[in-house]
Amino acid sequence: MSKIIVVTSGKGGVGKTTSAAAISAGLAKRGHKTVVIDFDVGLRNLDLIMGCERRVVFDFINVIQGDAKLKQALIKDRRLDTLSILPTSQTRDKDALTQEGVEKVLNELREEFDYIVCDSPAGIERGAQLAMYFADEAVVVTNPEVSSVRDSDRVLGLLNSKTHRAETPDSEPIKAHALLTRYDTQRIAKGEMMTVEDVLEILAIPLLGVIPESQAVLRASNLGTPVTLDDEGSRAASAYDEAVARLVGEQVEMRIGGEERQGFFQRLFKRTA
Amino acid sequence: MFGLSFRPRKANTAQTAKERLQILLAHERTDGSTPDVLPMLQRDILAAIQKHMKIGKDAVDIRMERGDELSSLEINIDLPNSRGNGQGAES
Repeated sequence: MSKIIVVTSGKGGVGKTTSAAAISAGLAKRGHKTVVIDFDVGLRNLDLIMGCERRVVFDFINVIQGDAKLKQALIKDRRLDTLSILPTSQTRDKDALTQEGVEKVLNELREEFDYIVCDSPAGIERGAQLAMYFADEAVVVTNPEVSSVRDSDRVLGLLNSKTHRAETPDSEPIKAHALLTRYDTQRIAKGEMMTVEDVLEILAIPLLGVIPESQAVLRASNLGTPVTLDDEGSRAASAYDEAVARLVGEQVEMRIGGEERQGFFQRLFKRTA
Repeated sequence: MFGLSFRPRKANTAQTAKERLQILLAHERTDGSTPDVLPMLQRDILAAIQKHMKIGKDAVDIRMERGDELSSLEINIDLPNSRGNGQGAES
């Protein structure tokens, strides 16, 4: 039985697309057949983060409108054969997304994939609502910062009211997990930023992982490689890998660490390795 | 001079990012005025072939790879087996 996971946040710039890319690559790396869908119609970026921007021909909207078959729009990742990307349209607007169209595409994807990861746009408008509507689980990406936590809380409210699971009597509610990103241990130690405990106390949902603020994330997006496929030794990549392990139900001890501090010899060693 | 060796091996990802964006945006800016040219092209090719041969509406498959200097367009057309179908599609 395949699972639909929405990566959402309300606020923009917190790391939704980075997280959707890292999580879907992490799932695919474990052998699960995974597809990641961009719901940000008109402002697509998942293709760029996944590094397949030159191969986009048909998109999610073309499939919804019957101009292309799903098979034509799906882009197979060249690094992992278990991973596919469904890009969205860069030229249409959000009205091109319809609930019936999204449902039809998701149902077709369910036949082929174990995990369907929906990369939500920022905000709580149509695109974001449709990204979450059919989800079984939600990854709520949050930064330890007031506006992000507030927006996450708002999104949790929507997950519990404006979704298929919420509207269907007797169905389990969407399982929501918090993913803390851009976590800066130094600033937290100084008391300048809220801690994991502070954020979880407010949101009251289980923690999926804590991703440290890391150079590896920028590097990965520069290259068009999900961070979990790029610098696997980085703290950000291992934090995402651990989050993925928890997402598939493994018990992994939570490590909360900052950015790696590579010593001279470590760096030297890595260069020659 | 010694400092040079401290530059990380895979340093210049920013340059890669810039080049990727330049290629992408060059295409987006020119394609921007004519969205969905490929679905239309696919429909037209299909219609042109259907005038002469009996092919299914899923028979035309278009793929594209955008490059820096040139892009390639790959068009695959599945023609039905003339024996099985009794008409059209002679190869």
